[in-house]
Amino acid sequence: MDLNDLIALADRERADRAPVELGVCLAASCQYSGAEQICRSLSETVVAGGLAGRVRVRKVGCLRLCSEGPLVRAEGEGTPPVLYRKVTAEQAPAIARAAGGAPADGVATADLNAPFFSMQRSIVLENTGRVEPERIESAIAAGAYRSLSLALHEMSPEAVVDEITRSGLRGRGGAGYPTGLKWATVAKMPPGQKYVVCNADEGDPGAFMDRSVLESDPHRVIEGMAIAAFAVGADQGFIYVRGEYPLAIERLDTAIRQARRLGLIGSDIFESPFDFRVDLRIGAGAFVCGEETALLQSIEGRRGQPRPRPPYPAESGLWGCPTLINNVETFANVPAIIREGADWFAGIGTQGSKGTKVFALAGKVRNTGLVEVPMGMTLRAIVESIGGGPPEGSTIKAVQTGGPSGGCIPSDLFDTPVEYEALKALGSIMGSGGMIVMDQHDDMVALARYFMGFCMDESCGKCVPCRSGTVQLYRMLDRIERGVAAPEELERLEALCDMVKHASLCGLGQAAPNPVLSTLRFFRHEYEAKLIGKNGEGTHSPIAR
Amino acid sequence: MAVTTLRLNGAMISAREGQTILEAAREAGTRIPTLCHLDGVSPVGACRLCLVEVNGRLMPSCVTKAAEEMDVRTDTEQLREYRKMIVELLFAERNHVCSVCVADGHCELQNLAEELGVDHIRFDYLAPECGVDLSHDRYGQDDNRCILCTRCVRVCDEVEGAHTWDVAGRGARSRVITDLDRPWGESSTCTSCGKCVMACPTGALFHRGASVAENVHDRAMLRFLITAREEKRWTV
Amino acid sequence: MFRTAGTTRSPRAGAVASPGEDAARFEVIDLEMKRHRFRQDALIEVLHVAQEAFGLLRDDVLLHIARGLELPPSRVFGVATFYHLFTFAPRGEHSCTVCTGTACFVKGAERLLAIVEELTGGRAGETTPDGRFSLATTRCTGSCGLAPLAIFDGEVVGHLSEEEVARRVGGWTGHGSE
Repeated sequence: MDLNDLIALADRERADRAPVELGVCLAASCQYSGAEQICRSLSETVVAGGLAGRVRVRKVGCLRLCSEGPLVRAEGEGTPPVLYRKVTAEQAPAIARAAGGAPADGVATADLNAPFFSMQRSIVLENTGRVEPERIESAIAAGAYRSLSLALHEMSPEAVVDEITRSGLRGRGGAGYPTGLKWATVAKMPPGQKYVVCNADEGDPGAFMDRSVLESDPHRVIEGMAIAAFAVGADQGFIYVRGEYPLAIERLDTAIRQARRLGLIGSDIFESPFDFRVDLRIGAGAFVCGEETALLQSIEGRRGQPRPRPPYPAESGLWGCPTLINNVETFANVPAIIREGADWFAGIGTQGSKGTKVFALAGKVRNTGLVEVPMGMTLRAIVESIGGGPPEGSTIKAVQTGGPSGGCIPSDLFDTPVEYEALKALGSIMGSGGMIVMDQHDDMVALARYFMGFCMDESCGKCVPCRSGTVQLYRMLDRIERGVAAPEELERLEALCDMVKHASLCGLGQAAPNPVLSTLRFFRHEYEAKLIGKNGEGTHSPIAR
Repeated sequence: MAVTTLRLNGAMISAREGQTILEAAREAGTRIPTLCHLDGVSPVGACRLCLVEVNGRLMPSCVTKAAEEMDVRTDTEQLREYRKMIVELLFAERNHVCSVCVADGHCELQNLAEELGVDHIRFDYLAPECGVDLSHDRYGQDDNRCILCTRCVRVCDEVEGAHTWDVAGRGARSRVITDLDRPWGESSTCTSCGKCVMACPTGALFHRGASVAENVHDRAMLRFLITAREEKRWTV
Repeated sequence: MFRTAGTTRSPRAGAVASPGEDAARFEVIDLEMKRHRFRQDALIEVLHVAQEAFGLLRDDVLLHIARGLELPPSRVFGVATFYHLFTFAPRGEHSCTVCTGTACFVKGAERLLAIVEELTGGRAGETTPDGRFSLATTRCTGSCGLAPLAIFDGEVVGHLSEEEVARRVGGWTGHGSE
C-alpha cells in the first residue's frame, strides 16, 4: 500500500457515510450496561423500517459520559448531533426512527453544549467515539496512518525525534519524563536490535484512560509506536496490556491483524525500507508490571520484579537491547504532533507541561467519565465545571490523583493547575490520569489505609522496605483507623514512611507512602482525632456528616 | 586498565573501571553491610542494606559502579537508621528465634543486628506459619528463618546450573521453593551439591544434623565460610 | 508443619478429567507452544492458554509446560504464582468478584464485600469448602463510571446497592439450600 491507496481507501469510506449515523458506544462501561443489545435493536429497526439507505448504525468507542451509559450519538445532516443517555433496548426503535429529525421523545439526552463537553479539548481522543475501533477503514477515513506516511517519506528519523522534543511532550504514564529525550537516547544507541514497547498495563485503581483509548481508537496507538520505531531504529514492538482488559485486548488484536493485512505494519511499510512488527503481550494481574523494568521482565516471561536502574531500558532493555517504553497516551499523542507540528502542540498547555491530559473522572461528582483538557486547567474547573460539582447533599473535600503513588489535594487548593510540577509540589503526582473526587463522608485515614493495602498486595516482594514495610504501615494505619493506636504510632508511621520512600528499589515502594504523607499533610487532624488519649477514650471519632 | 578516583567518607580512594562502590569500598577497608550480596553471583540490589549516599542521593552500592567525582558516604545517621529498620523488618517478618536456630552464633542477620545495635523490634511480629522441609536426606529447609535474599536461587542457577530453587508467590507471601513446590528430597533437578546451604546467610537452609532438636552441632563449615566471605580469611 | 518426602506443602487440585478431554487440552497447549516456536519468553502466554483450557493450573500441566519450553520447573511455578490471574484451585459453582478500585472504594465497596462474605460464609480470594462460591476482589475493572460494581457469574453489574447485592447473592444461597 502506498499513500495514494490510503487516500483512496479513506475517500471510499467517507463516500459511504449515510445521511444519518448512529454511533453506539461499545467501550467496556457501556457494554456492561447493555449496549450490545441496543445496537442489535437499532439495527433491526433500521432494517425492518426500511431505513437502511438513510440510517447507519456504527459501533464506536467511548462517548465519555460513562456514568450515563449506555450512550448513543445521533448525527444527521443539517441537525445538531444528539447524545442519548441511559438508553434502554425498548427506546432503541424510537431513536432509529427519529434519526435526523428532532430527538426521540421520552429518551434522555445529554446537553452537548454543557461544560462537560465544551470545556474539553481533544487531541488523544480526537477520534474516540467517532471511529469504529473494529474497522481499520473507519480509522483510515479519520486520518489514521497519514502521519506515519508523512514521517517515512518526508522526514528523517532525526527530524521525527526533533519534532517530538520540540513539542515538549512528556510521558503520560505518571512521572512526566521528556519523551523526546527518551527517544533521542534510544536513537543514539548503536544500530542493531532495538525494541519499542507500549505500556498498556494501566494498573492504578480508578484510572481507565488507556483502556478507553485502546478500546476506541487502537490504530492511533499502533501508528504512534510505528513512528517511534522509525525514529529510534527499532523493527519490533510489543504492547503489554493488562489481562483485566479483555475488550481492549480483543480490539488491539483485531487492529494489529487489520493493519498487517493492509501492509501498514510488517515489511516495507508504505513502500519504504522500514519494517515494523507488533506483538501483544497479555499481563496476568500484577500492578508492579507498570514499572518499566518489571514490565520488561514480564515480556520476557519472567516474574515481574523490577531491577535497579541504571542501566535504563533505553540502554539495556528487552533481552539487553535498547528499548523505548512509553505509555498508551504518550504514543497516542504522536500522530497529531507529526501531523500538526511541534509548535502547534507546544502552543497548548503551560510552560512546563504541554498539550492535553486525559483524566478518568470518578467518585463523588455528578459527571463521571473520560475527560481530556489542556494542561494548566485548574482542578476546580475540572471538578466543578466539567464534573458538575458534587451530587446533592455532598460537599467536595478533596481530589485524589495519581492512584496509589499519588496524593490527595484538598478543595481549598483547587485553583492549582494540572501540571506535573504544580501537582508534585502538593505531594501528589499527575499520575496516569485517575482523578477520584471525595466528599465529607470520606475518611482520609481509611483512604490511606486502602491505598497501603493495595501496595502491600501488589508489592513484588523483592526488596525488604517495600515487601515488609508496606505490611507494617498497613497495620499501623489500620490501628489508627480503628481508634486503638497510641499517639507514638503516628511518629513510627512517619519514620517508616520516610524509610520506605527513600530505600525501596522501585517506584512502587518509593511512592507507596505518598497517599499517607499527603493525607497527613492536609488532613493531619483526622489522624490525630483517632489516637488514644486525643479524643476522650480514643474511640473512633465520627467524621463530619 | 582505567582507574577512577572518588571520595569515600571524605577520603580519596581509587577504583578500577567497572568496580562497584561496594567492591571499591571493601578494598579500601570500609565495610558496607549487605545480606543479599554474594560474591560470584549476580547482584540484585534487593536487601537495601548496602544503600550509600552518593552526591546526596541514596544508591545501592552493590550495583552502582564507582565513578569519577562521586562523593560517597557509607555511614550517615540516616543510613544507620534505615539499616536498623530494615533489619527490624526482617526479624518481624518471619520467626527468627536465635536461641534455637542452627545458625546461632554464625548468622549474618544476627551479626548485623548486633553490629547495628538492634536491641528491640519496633514493629509487629507477623508470626507467619512456615514449614520446615526435612525431606532431603542431607539438607533441611526452614522457612521460618528465610529472609528472601535469593542467594540460594542465584547460586543454584548461576553456579551449579541446576535452577532447583526459585521464588514463588509475591510480596510478603513470597517463599523459596524447589521444583514445582515439591518436597526438596523429591526434586528431580537438585544435585545435592550443597551450594545453596553454603550460600544461605541465616539458618533457613542447613545441613541435616545441625538442628537443635537433633542436637548435633556442625557449625564449623558455616563459620569458615562466613569468615572467608566477609573477611577474606580462609581459616582452614 | 514438618514436611517429609511424599507430602506437599499446600493441597492443590488433583482432580483429573477423563483422559480424552485431557489429551485435547494438552494439545491446545502444545499448539500454543509451537506457535511461539517454543521460545522460553512465551511462558506467560502459554500459561494463559493452559488456564483457559483446564480452568486452572495443575501440577502436571505446569510440568508439561516446563518440559515443552525446557524451563526449570521452579521457574514455571514461580512465574505462575507471581501473577494473580492464575489460579490453582477449581472455581465454585457461583462466583462473585467485587471491584475494590478507588472509585468503588469511596462508594462503599468494602461494605458490599462484607455482605457477600456474610451471606455466603466465604472469604475473598477463596472458594467455600463446599465448592459452591468463589469470592474475589479485583483492583479496578476500569469502569469507574459504574461504581460500585461487582461481577456475578461473569455478569458485570454497576451502580450496585447493598440491597441489590443481597438480592443476587441471596438468590444463590436460597436456591442452593433446597
